[in-house]
Amino acid sequence: MGTILVVAEHLEGELKKVTLPTIGFAQKAAAINGDEVVGVVIGSGIAGVAGEMAKHGVSRVIAVDAPEYANYLAESWTPALSKLASDLDASIVCAAASTTGKDFLPRLAADLDAGMVSDVIDVYDDEDEGLSYKRPIWAGNLIAKVTSDSDVTVVSVRTTNFEAPAEGGAAAVENTSPGTGASPNTEFVAFQQVKSDRPALTDADAVVSGGRGLKAAESFGMLEELADKLGAAVGASRAAVDSGYAPNDWQVGQTGKIVAPNLYIAIAISGAIQHLAGMKGSKTIVAINKDPEAPIFQVADYGLVADAFQAVPELNSKL
Amino acid sequence: MKVLVTAKRVVDPDVKVKLDGSGNLDLSNVEYKLNPFDEYGVEEAVKLKEAGKADEVIVVSVGTSDSQKEIRTALAMGADRGILVEVDEDEDLDPLTIAKLINGVVQREEPQLILLGKLAVDAENNQVGQMLGALTGFGQGTFAYRLDIEDGYAIVGREVDGGTADVKVALPAIVTADLRLNEPRYASLPGIMKAKKKPLDVLTPDDLDVEVDAQVRVVGYELPPERAAGVIVADVDELIEKLRNEAKVIG
Ligand SMILES: Cc1cc2nc3c(=O)[nH]c(=O)nc-3n(C[C@H](O)[C@H](O)[C@H](O)COP(=O)(O)OP(=O)(O)OC[C@H]3O[C@@H](n4cnc5c(N)ncnc54)[C@H](O)[C@@H]3O)c2cc1C
Ligand SMILES: Nc1ncnc2c1ncn2[C@@H]1O[C@H](COP(=O)(O)O)[C@@H](O)[C@H]1O
Repeated sequence: MGTILVVAEHLEGELKKVTLPTIGFAQKAAAINGDEVVGVVIGSGIAGVAGEMAKHGVSRVIAVDAPEYANYLAESWTPALSKLASDLDASIVCAAASTTGKDFLPRLAADLDAGMVSDVIDVYDDEDEGLSYKRPIWAGNLIAKVTSDSDVTVVSVRTTNFEAPAEGGAAAVENTSPGTGASPNTEFVAFQQVKSDRPALTDADAVVSGGRGLKAAESFGMLEELADKLGAAVGASRAAVDSGYAPNDWQVGQTGKIVAPNLYIAIAISGAIQHLAGMKGSKTIVAINKDPEAPIFQVADYGLVADAFQAVPELNSKL
Repeated sequence: MKVLVTAKRVVDPDVKVKLDGSGNLDLSNVEYKLNPFDEYGVEEAVKLKEAGKADEVIVVSVGTSDSQKEIRTALAMGADRGILVEVDEDEDLDPLTIAKLINGVVQREEPQLILLGKLAVDAENNQVGQMLGALTGFGQGTFAYRLDIEDGYAIVGREVDGGTADVKVALPAIVTADLRLNEPRYASLPGIMKAKKKPLDVLTPDDLDVEVDAQVRVVGYELPPERAAGVIVADVDELIEKLRNEAKVIG
């Protein structure tokens, strides 16, 4: 039996939430190819993270715990994972399609001379090809069905499309050192974290996003007020970010964050396909826009044709 | 310093690609252009040249002979010469094959800096730069919103989940461009005229000793689920009422 390796993502000693639906993907793939789902945690001082991962649908966890992994670098993770993948006879190595996953997984795939499938939204048993994947292309206009012929396939998982496995049990944690060491070419310098008391965009139950129609950074104040009333995260269109109204980290869309909350409220956002690519999977979509022809209304469950500068304060006072 | 930039020919990102009757891509009547993220790469390379940090900017594209057009676009923006790695129209390419072909060019040209877009907006793989990292053994600075070249290093500011991250990559280095790295210029008319005379070499995979053999294959397409049409509410009160009692998404 082979293995499906799920590489954990973690920050400051905490397992990141995106890891759980990634395990959900692996379980779905394992139900097709019969392999064992194994967690992998790389870092320094990560016993807690490994212990946490062990409670979520994996049959064991391999911990690679050494000082040279204290700061994430694709260049140091790649040789370590390459070695694990061959030692453990992996059929799939996967991680969340986060900026971390997107950074190291392709490097790993090339190192393994393996095929890689990005942003997987489903895995299925194709009648001609066997285990195959579905992934959106062209800003979500189409879904491609993709298969890989290599012995091991590297997969980045669009976590909004998979369920987190139920919590329970405690799989064994094995410590190992692949002995591949630090990165020779690249040095980590700093991570500047955007701190916020609001939920992270990709984890939030509700998201309130603003677009260029808000015309100033100050106007995001009323969106933040609405977000706080709803326990929501705040997002933005690319145009709003480029205009300096909102930080880069808030961008939702093809090249920003992919979100799929229960409630997504788009305010003064026109609804370009690149924006829709990042939020179309939301359960309930609300659009507030003064232009009744704005394309965002075509995906909205509830549309309100109104001036945001009147509608949002009114919402805030009535909620 | 020699800089290599990549230029992919992609379907215009504003075109909605459709399927034909037999479920294949219907690419008749679509416009093509230079991948938007590659414009950021080309702009950055040209800026390095203008700043005296780069001596030569080479554009490389892997594709059919049609891709010469996108190479010319990059030349019109200010790159010095182009290389087309020409493949047949029906050749299946996956990102690893493309990375191997670009690596073939890297081995020939020995650039100190390779600038790519972070993503090609057609297939949206976000793979080629990082794969090239493994194939060359060079360090990588992906999703760059800032790039400084200093004393043999590329200092890269990266856009990452939850904030930004800085890395220091020894040259030769691979950098993939994110939005906000710069503002790509429009090719000027004199630029376009000059580009016509700039050298553009054509190589084949054989010239580069690379076997074209895609491991990842598309076996079919489907349409994404349509969202059912929604309703337009009259006012804020009705919106709140619907969210509370119909969608049940607010308390
Ligand atoms: C390669 C590439 C990648 C991209 N990636 C992304 C991405 O990840 N995310 C993204 O969002 N975009 C992305 N874009 C940009 C995208 O194409 C659009 O340009 C962008 O989404 C537009 O943002 P917007 O809706 O805020 O602005 P606009 O299109 O300018 O729309 C503003 C809207 O506000 C409305 N409005 C104005 N005033 C008011 C008011 N007082 N009250 C109510 N409504 C008002 C207007 O009617 C209009 O509909 C990308 C583009 C490219 C080429
Ligand atoms: N056929 C190609 N020719 C030249 N460059 C390419 C090609 N395909 C991808 N690239 C480069 O690799 C980057 C990432 O592409 P991808 O991994 O396909 O999303 C793009 O922005 C391009 O710069």
